Amino acid sequence: MNKYIAYWGERALLVLISVVVLFPIGWMFLTAFKKPRDAYSLSLNFEPTVQNFVTVFSDPWNLGSMVLNSVIVAGATVAIAVPCASLAAYSFSRFRVRGRKFLFFLILSTQFIPAVVILLPFFLMFRSLGLLDTRVALVIVNLAIVTPFVIWMIKGFIDAIPTDSEEAAMIDGASRLRVIKDIVLPMAAPGILTSSIFCFILTWNEFMFALILSRRDAVTLPVGLVSFRTERGDLWELMSAAGVMITVPIFIMALLIQKHFTRGMTAGAVK
Amino acid sequence: MNERTLSYALLVPAFVIVIATTIYPLAYSFVTSFREWDLTKQLRPSGFVGLQNYAHAATESGFQNSLWVTTIFVVTSVILTVVLAMSLALLLRRTGRLHTFTRIILILPFAMSPALIGVSYRFMFNPEFGVLAKGLGAVFPALEGTPWLANPDLAMAILVITDVWHWAPYMTFMCLGGLASVPRETEEAARIDGASNLRIVFGIILPQMKGVLLVTAVLKTIFALKMFDQVVTLTGGGPGTSTETMAFFIFNVGFEWFDMGYASALAWILTIITMVISAWYVRMLLSERKMATA
Repeated sequence: MNKYIAYWGERALLVLISVVVLFPIGWMFLTAFKKPRDAYSLSLNFEPTVQNFVTVFSDPWNLGSMVLNSVIVAGATVAIAVPCASLAAYSFSRFRVRGRKFLFFLILSTQFIPAVVILLPFFLMFRSLGLLDTRVALVIVNLAIVTPFVIWMIKGFIDAIPTDSEEAAMIDGASRLRVIKDIVLPMAAPGILTSSIFCFILTWNEFMFALILSRRDAVTLPVGLVSFRTERGDLWELMSAAGVMITVPIFIMALLIQKHFTRGMTAGAVK
Repeated sequence: MNERTLSYALLVPAFVIVIATTIYPLAYSFVTSFREWDLTKQLRPSGFVGLQNYAHAATESGFQNSLWVTTIFVVTSVILTVVLAMSLALLLRRTGRLHTFTRIILILPFAMSPALIGVSYRFMFNPEFGVLAKGLGAVFPALEGTPWLANPDLAMAILVITDVWHWAPYMTFMCLGGLASVPRETEEAARIDGASNLRIVFGIILPQMKGVLLVTAVLKTIFALKMFDQVVTLTGGGPGTSTETMAFFIFNVGFEWFDMGYASALAWILTIITMVISAWYVRMLLSERKMATA
């Protein structure tokens, strides 16, 4: 009897957790397909429509340009941060250079800094350089957020790769750069991919910097959400449609790396 | 190229990025924190005013309020997140189809944009047509018509809920990773000796998880101290100033009042608080390690 209760109790708990996780997301998806009238009722019996998506992609909302901004900013950030971080991670992982501990600590400690501290100077600098409301500015600030984190994560993955094959290849006369290119990179590829997606997610969801550094041209999706607050009130059905556009690509990516993600997190965090 | 040169050369690109995007702006804001700079009146900073900006923080009520708000937020969200994450990890480390399913979907809240989380909870707690506000009202008639986000305590509670919803899943993954490295033998031996589940969890598993739990708590504390996104999209700092966290308040000083000197000083105070707390945790972690290896 006790076992019976424990068995079903555990399952009931798991279902409850899943509901708590999925409900807010599911409700947003439902609302995105409701007509404005239905969005303000709790009825599940509604006629689905894609009108909200058509509306957000046309004037005056122009979600398309925000999607483009988000893709370019996140893509460029990943393209710059990940290669640089991979090289540094390899050096931290394999070489016993002087000051290594200090340098690594320096990199890590930048993660403790609240973003608002560097937001102020960036705003002032970009203002005098005429870079406000540009994607370049957003890429620069996002690099500040993701680079240390990606170094840390990739180092965890490289640490987990045994050094035997590298040493063997070097004894056979291969240069260090050759070893990195032909042996380490292929083996670290899943980890680097995981870190890249992680980095993409962080940049894609970044809100504070984009809120202050973009006005019209460089607005990214999370900041775009705020524009659905109008004098007529919050346009929930449009916000939800925009929300679906923000989450779908990220959810797909997150689910792709789910397995590696758990490992990468713990590799970096617990060491 | 010899090994030594190479080992440094590989670090150069990453360090150029970190210096240009973090160290330099930090120095910039540090210097600004000792100056008077009202952006509405002057394009360039005027002279140095010593510690005046910092002294102002000691008495200014807006900042005092944000310190208090942040303290409440950090303490509640860190405790709830760590306890919940550990419990979820204990539940989810078993195998089973429902377990695997739950583990997979747990990644979704973490991947969701915090700004969007704020927006969707704001929608769900709208007293007129929010699904949670209405749902709770239907189950508990006393709650019907509660103006959730217009009540300071409830607004803070919902802010904490959104944050726990966002972070607990991620921290669960960290705890799961920690659990995986706890050897199973002691646990099984205790089970054979007839120890209860509760004894096993508190007597055997949790003591071995101390290190992981500390790391989780440090990270969560750092994230909670920076809390900003949901404040903007969920409560806007209100009602009144009841949910104005430090990050939000500093943001306002900088970009609503345009007082760059004061905002920089406040930002540095927040940084120092974060650093002190992190250092304290790291020390605990190190002494924990020593005891574990001794």
